[in-house]
Amino acid sequence: MTPQGLLKTEPMVEQLELMGCIQCGKCTGGCPVARKTTLNIRSLIYHMLVEPELDVNAHPELWDCTCCFTCVERCPKDVRPAELVIGLRGQLVESGQIPDTIGAALTGIFRQGNPTGMAREDRCGWTNGTQVKAAQQGCQVLLHVCCTPAYDPRVQVVPRALVKAFTAAGLDFGTLGTEESCCGNEVRRMGEAGLFEMLVEENGELIRSVGASRLVATSPHCFNTFKNEYSLTGMEVVHYTQAVAQLLDEGRLKFSNEVKKTVTYHDPCFLGKQNHIFDEPRAVLKAIPGLKLVEMDRNRERSLCCEGGGGRMWAEGTNLAERLAFQRVHEAAETGAEVLAVACPFCLLTLEDAVKVQGLDEKLRVMDIMELVDLALA
Amino acid sequence: MEAEPRIGVYICHCGVNIAANVDVEQVAQFAATLPGVVVSRNYLYMCSDPGQGLIQQDIQQHGLNRVVVASCSPRMHEPTFRGAAQQVGLNPYLVEMANIREQCSWVHSNREQATEKAKALVASTVAKAAQLEPLVEREVGVTPGALVIGGGIAGLCAALDVADAGFPVYLVEQSDHVGGRLKDLNRTFPTLELVADLLGPLVERVRSHPKVTVLLNSQVTSVEGYVGNFEVQVTPAPSSTPSSSPLKVGSIIVATGYDLFDPHRKPELGYGQYAHVITSLEMEQRLFEGRVGVDGQEPKRIAFIKCVGSRDVQVGNPYCSRVCCMVTAKQARLVQELLPEADVTVFYMDVRTFGKGAEEFYDEARDKGVLYRRGTVSEIIRRGERVVLMGEDTLQGRPFEFEADLVVLAVGMEARSDVGALSTLLKLPRSADGFFLELHPKLRPVDTAVNGVFLAGCCQGPKDVTDTVAQAKAAAASALIPLIRGTVPAESATAVVEPELCAGCGMCVEVCPFGAPALDALWPVSRINFVLCKGCGTCAVTCPSKAIRLQHFTASQILAQVDALVE
Repeated sequence: MTPQGLLKTEPMVEQLELMGCIQCGKCTGGCPVARKTTLNIRSLIYHMLVEPELDVNAHPELWDCTCCFTCVERCPKDVRPAELVIGLRGQLVESGQIPDTIGAALTGIFRQGNPTGMAREDRCGWTNGTQVKAAQQGCQVLLHVCCTPAYDPRVQVVPRALVKAFTAAGLDFGTLGTEESCCGNEVRRMGEAGLFEMLVEENGELIRSVGASRLVATSPHCFNTFKNEYSLTGMEVVHYTQAVAQLLDEGRLKFSNEVKKTVTYHDPCFLGKQNHIFDEPRAVLKAIPGLKLVEMDRNRERSLCCEGGGGRMWAEGTNLAERLAFQRVHEAAETGAEVLAVACPFCLLTLEDAVKVQGLDEKLRVMDIMELVDLALA
Repeated sequence: MEAEPRIGVYICHCGVNIAANVDVEQVAQFAATLPGVVVSRNYLYMCSDPGQGLIQQDIQQHGLNRVVVASCSPRMHEPTFRGAAQQVGLNPYLVEMANIREQCSWVHSNREQATEKAKALVASTVAKAAQLEPLVEREVGVTPGALVIGGGIAGLCAALDVADAGFPVYLVEQSDHVGGRLKDLNRTFPTLELVADLLGPLVERVRSHPKVTVLLNSQVTSVEGYVGNFEVQVTPAPSSTPSSSPLKVGSIIVATGYDLFDPHRKPELGYGQYAHVITSLEMEQRLFEGRVGVDGQEPKRIAFIKCVGSRDVQVGNPYCSRVCCMVTAKQARLVQELLPEADVTVFYMDVRTFGKGAEEFYDEARDKGVLYRRGTVSEIIRRGERVVLMGEDTLQGRPFEFEADLVVLAVGMEARSDVGALSTLLKLPRSADGFFLELHPKLRPVDTAVNGVFLAGCCQGPKDVTDTVAQAKAAAASALIPLIRGTVPAESATAVVEPELCAGCGMCVEVCPFGAPALDALWPVSRINFVLCKGCGTCAVTCPSKAIRLQHFTASQILAQVDALVE
């Protein structure tokens, strides 16, 4: 890239095999962000194909992409359009032209192993003093708490509920404690390929050394990268909803309390669209006595992104007024559900915020599936 | 063979194809020094008439009993040189080729090294030629009659042509009626002829034809034999016992058709979830009734979406289904005529209207008011009483939301889900897309890897009625060749068993892909049916007793070839 931000298009066209694109428009047509900002990935691909250079600085909307990967899932030619966004962000990262908040998140991860920049020593604050086995001593199941559940007071309840459920089921599990670090899923998607590689190497070594047969991730984002971008050979990577659904299925976990609520479930992009896990979260909800599950019109593959992925937790994007989360909570409210259940820390935060801003807090409550599970457990 | 080898070697220049990169003069001189070589020449084009004449003249003048031609691939000209030798009385299996074009001059740039390689290839071929044996060319008789599998438009047309030529035809159809999937359609494109008018007389002719036996509710459950003499077991469904003695036929036409893509596999389009979203086949049924609306409501905004399940690697169908563009143009036009006030919009990524009269039909559809908008619809959601199509108009370069009362998905074609069973029964290879594989895409479009088995219609790949009927008639003509000839040539370079060495273990029976070996009922040794044997050599290398010899590729011939190469 030149100092003026002009990027030669040819190398990236080759690297990402953009010549496969037939300009059908299915990517931009399905892109939830394209409807509210100038982000048009199909048009960017076309520019890459027909022009020798791209002025990357002229596209601030590159930071709008949530990496929901709808475009990747739907491209009939397997072009993986979102990877172009990631690649172009990489160019901006290299030249230091990134939003301050993204820079802060990356620095936090580099220094403290988490995007908030809070101290590594405080990573176990979520336990509230409950003793959790150190996975380094050896265990069958490694619970990866993930950064947001570890540090965000609103989300800390999720790993606590998981500990309660796993203990009740008699699982031999542990966590990495303060040695746990950011998985790097968002780091890669923000374009910081170098830091991501470093995290993969360091985390991979530590995680493999535990010798667990299974890794359970609290966040779908971490689950995604551990499953698809790390090589944790011999270790099965699952999301917590899969683990809990299996414990219920095997009869190792039993619900004793009724939760008389009408609940609708929002599929997180990194769990649903990208990894096709649609049924297990629903199976957990349906197993809760008294709970009635209703569906939104846009569910499963058509779930609307909450706008929390791809670094968007730390960058507002170019259109602050219209948030997809606003639209989403209205869709949830229309079902008549009193609870909007989620299975992702980012969805929990973005949607809860949207419920408040949209004045729906009298009508709709956003809860993580584990909060409902917790209510159902004795 | 008793006579000493007298070998003639012919080095072809192939214009400059070989000569530019290989010193053909030097190779010819080298060949003259090889054991058994009586004459060695080089010539501009060995395959030309004078080139062949040269070989024939030498055979006669020098009493040659082996010929080695060093030129192109044997796939190209082996029949040419074998034929030339045969004309002057030399057994064609005494001709051998060295490939110094594709395997030498075309792939190397260093002339010196290429020349050395050409010499090695020639020496190797000469060594094998010295050990060649004459083989007998055989013919076998043919059962006069054909089997057609599948009673759709392809099967009906193929059956009629074979029957009209005077041969009995068995038409096996697994459903309770003939007419296939075409029967479910309203009108054809681009003529808008009623399908009933087209199919009715055809079905009637088949039913009343004295040479055609239609077997409904029936399936082919086993196929034995070979070109000219197949034995086919047909079982009436759902019972599992074969109804009668096997049918005996000389050739087989496969016309088993296709499956429609199931749009449930594109969940983002909401098929099965919204009553507004239907397939193009369901649209045909509505056009039959002349009422296209949902729940009796006349639709005001109608959208057609093309390429559903086609040109889409996400569902494993990278190919174009070839008919959907015209099906859509036809339906959009008919709907627009039925509802002149309605907005009819077609969402497309490309418009492929390539048939005769097809582009003109597409022009007329737009003239009638059908709007074409470029952009593949990415998602369908509900809004009130309507559904909303979300996509990008790629010509405007911005996303759209299009509200519609009715959405028609132009679903593509797929290989039938049960195609694997028939593929196994007939040993028919399939292409990567799942459809049956023709022997050559241009020159043998209805032939298959199995002699005597031919393809017609969509079982070979998506096509419209026009192309289906053309292919059916081609398949019928090809299937008639053995029937009319009355005999079929058998492969000469087959495997033979030396019964004294055979232990009767049956491993050859297990490995043969063509069912050629069988253990003798009385004396437990393997016998190879020379008509079924394709000369692949699998049995010969498997046989633990080394009792099987593949003629023309015997162990000693191949060892001689290898020895000469490594010397």
